[in-house]
Amino acid sequence: MDAMNTTANAGNKTAPAGPSKVIGRDVNVYYGEKHALKNVSVDIPDRSVTAFIGPSGCGKSTFLRCINRMNDTISICRVTGKINIDNQDIYDPTLDVVQLRARVGMVFQKPNPFPKSIFENVAYGPRIHGMAKNKDELEQVVIASLEKAGLLKEVKDRLHEPGTGLSGGQQQRLCIARAVAVSPEVILMDEPCSALDPIATAKVEELIDELRENFCIIIVTHSMQQAARVSQRTAFFHLGNLVEEGPTTQIFTNPQDKRTQDYITGRTG
Amino acid sequence: MTDMTAATSSTFSRPRLDVTSDAAKARIRARYRSEYRFRAYGIISLAITTAFVVLLLGDIVRRGVPAFFQHQAVLDVKVPADAFGPADKTPDVAAIRGGDYFPITRDALKAAIPGIEGRSQERVLTRLLSSGAADVLRTKLVENPKLVGTTIKVPLLLSDDADLYFKGEGTKIISRTPVGIATPSGTTGEITVLTGANDFADELALIKKGLADNAAALELDVARFRRSTDAAVKSRVAGMEAEIADLRKRAQAVGGEEVLDSELPSVLVEINGGLVKATKVSASGITGDVLLPLKSTADAKPADWRVIGYTTPEESREIADQDIAFLERLKANGSVENAFNWRFLTGGDSREPELAGIRGALVGSAYTMLVTLLLCLPIGVAAAIYLEEFAPKNRLTDLIEVNINNLAAVPSIVFGLLGLAVFLNFFGLPRSTAIVGGLVLALLVLPTIIIASRAALRSVPPSIKEAALGVGASKQQAIFHHVLPVAMPGIMTGTIIGMAHALGETAPLLMIGMIAFIVDVPGAITDAATVLPVQIFLWADLPEAAFKQKTAGAIMILLAFLFVMNGLAIWLRKKFERRW
Repeated sequence: MDAMNTTANAGNKTAPAGPSKVIGRDVNVYYGEKHALKNVSVDIPDRSVTAFIGPSGCGKSTFLRCINRMNDTISICRVTGKINIDNQDIYDPTLDVVQLRARVGMVFQKPNPFPKSIFENVAYGPRIHGMAKNKDELEQVVIASLEKAGLLKEVKDRLHEPGTGLSGGQQQRLCIARAVAVSPEVILMDEPCSALDPIATAKVEELIDELRENFCIIIVTHSMQQAARVSQRTAFFHLGNLVEEGPTTQIFTNPQDKRTQDYITGRTG
Repeated sequence: MTDMTAATSSTFSRPRLDVTSDAAKARIRARYRSEYRFRAYGIISLAITTAFVVLLLGDIVRRGVPAFFQHQAVLDVKVPADAFGPADKTPDVAAIRGGDYFPITRDALKAAIPGIEGRSQERVLTRLLSSGAADVLRTKLVENPKLVGTTIKVPLLLSDDADLYFKGEGTKIISRTPVGIATPSGTTGEITVLTGANDFADELALIKKGLADNAAALELDVARFRRSTDAAVKSRVAGMEAEIADLRKRAQAVGGEEVLDSELPSVLVEINGGLVKATKVSASGITGDVLLPLKSTADAKPADWRVIGYTTPEESREIADQDIAFLERLKANGSVENAFNWRFLTGGDSREPELAGIRGALVGSAYTMLVTLLLCLPIGVAAAIYLEEFAPKNRLTDLIEVNINNLAAVPSIVFGLLGLAVFLNFFGLPRSTAIVGGLVLALLVLPTIIIASRAALRSVPPSIKEAALGVGASKQQAIFHHVLPVAMPGIMTGTIIGMAHALGETAPLLMIGMIAFIVDVPGAITDAATVLPVQIFLWADLPEAAFKQKTAGAIMILLAFLFVMNGLAIWLRKKFERRW
């Protein structure tokens, strides 16, 4: 662990904000013949927000989906290299992928609540993982998760109405509550605000900032303003390569690489 | 310079859309016309389909509704005290059940129509009643044996021919008030009725017209027979020509007396409370047989007697003049009533149309459908889930997929043969039973359900499954907790389409012996049974006219069964449907 950290730090020349939660080493992803992600090595600190930016098709979402092995569901996808969470190799064949996904929650681009009640949406995860012994405990978990996602005030009178009846921004926060309910260590967010209006986006961003205190959050975004607003560290991907990674302020004010500079100033993309 | 600029700009400018030009206006008109035409085609085709559906349903209902009603004679039936054993003690239930009711019902009818003489009239009388006429009486007596020895009013079921006569399938009856005073020569047997005026002139003219019609019909036959190459047929031509000549002569002869036969319309005289059927007609009187005895030979004033004609010749109808006379008398007594035919809904099949019921086939269909549903819904849905979500994508899976699609196109009779070979001959399951029928139909419906279920599963947005996987659900949990419920309405629809298909299926069931004539209502899936479409097929094949109505009635029941099934499916869909 220490050895790995040292190498990573030496490579990036910037110290992570805290101890590394997720460590990727030489991660390569192939979709059939297509080499989608090339030798990506990155350290992601705990209790902070890390943003992945880059043009479309650069591999940032692909890498994100490697962290909870969502890519396994695509049959032609092949992953090589190593990704560790808390020093445990998540591509270890003995590791149960379902348990991994309970530890690494995910929020998707389009709000995708289950076509069930708001309560059921949040309660589903805790229920299948046996996290509540009885109904009261389950209710507490649901209430706490909705509170954390800042949604409780808006929905507490209609917990048993369908989750799909909420507005887009509320649905996305419901999805975050759902992810939070299973107490994951890492939360992956794949462009969580791209389908939302600016007001809903602001709310979600505020929420992300609060969640940072308890979780390791990795967010893929197309909006550089958003990356600048919510993240402590930023990684820039380009054509499958991780070009540059470092503290957000440094990436946006003093990029080391020409490609990063071109992208954040809007010359490429 | 300015010219040049203008020229340059016009050279490079793209062709402008001129909305005011005639060509543009024509284009717009053409577009509107085309849209209007398309809409008109749609409305026309809808109207045609609706018309056909209405026509079809209307025709079936028109023919089928009479099957739900049955005429019966409500008579005072005297049950002799000694009918089921010694008169001095109450008979036991078994004796009542097994008793002979024929003399009891016959005597009740005889009492209702007094004055019946001779065996032939008695035979006519008893054939008016169904062989199950005494069922209501028997039930009443079994319930209360004390009624033996008393007279009770019970409905006696009429035979199918009598029933059809009352439903208007016998003959048209015309009735005319004469002008002369009539004198009958006797009260029973062969009598003459003479009138003072030429009251039968009209009838005579009608008969002559009938003779001419018969001659014309015969001529057509002769023309056809002449073309025949068969010597035996040709040899009959001479005899027929003589007959035609005779008919023509009789038709042209003025006045005189005409002999009636069964090929001519019947002429009857209602007089002094009796009915006389003419065998010879002249303008001033008839000679005929008494169908219903007269009270006296007194002269009848014009208002007290009537001339009656049955326009359809006796030979062209199912029911004889004597039967009609009795039935009309019963009706005049007020003892004929048209009651709802519960037996049609609660009874099993019978060779007697008036006793035949649909319940056996209905229950058989229900059992068969139950077996089919219980087999093919779980298997079909499980197969669809496996193929859609779990099966490795390889050549074997592809092969299975192609063959499932092929199976859906296999003619249904082939499944029947398969059922015969596998379920009956190899596994030795009982023939003609709902379980075998259900198994065969399950084979038939399975591909439909698998294909529909796969389509339904595929149409569930993948985001639902991803969301479930994202919170740490296993693949199976994600599918069973989230994908399947969302796909359920689609699966239901596919299943109901398949079941409706199975409900109307006849051919494969013929192969496994479900076409047998089965009287008992099946009580279990292993009892011999038949199903609705096969019952319809069986009835449609029978010669009795009354079965035509039963066939239409059975079709109505089948359609109702289908509507109920579809209604249930829609209800289930609505129940399970989740709004997005």
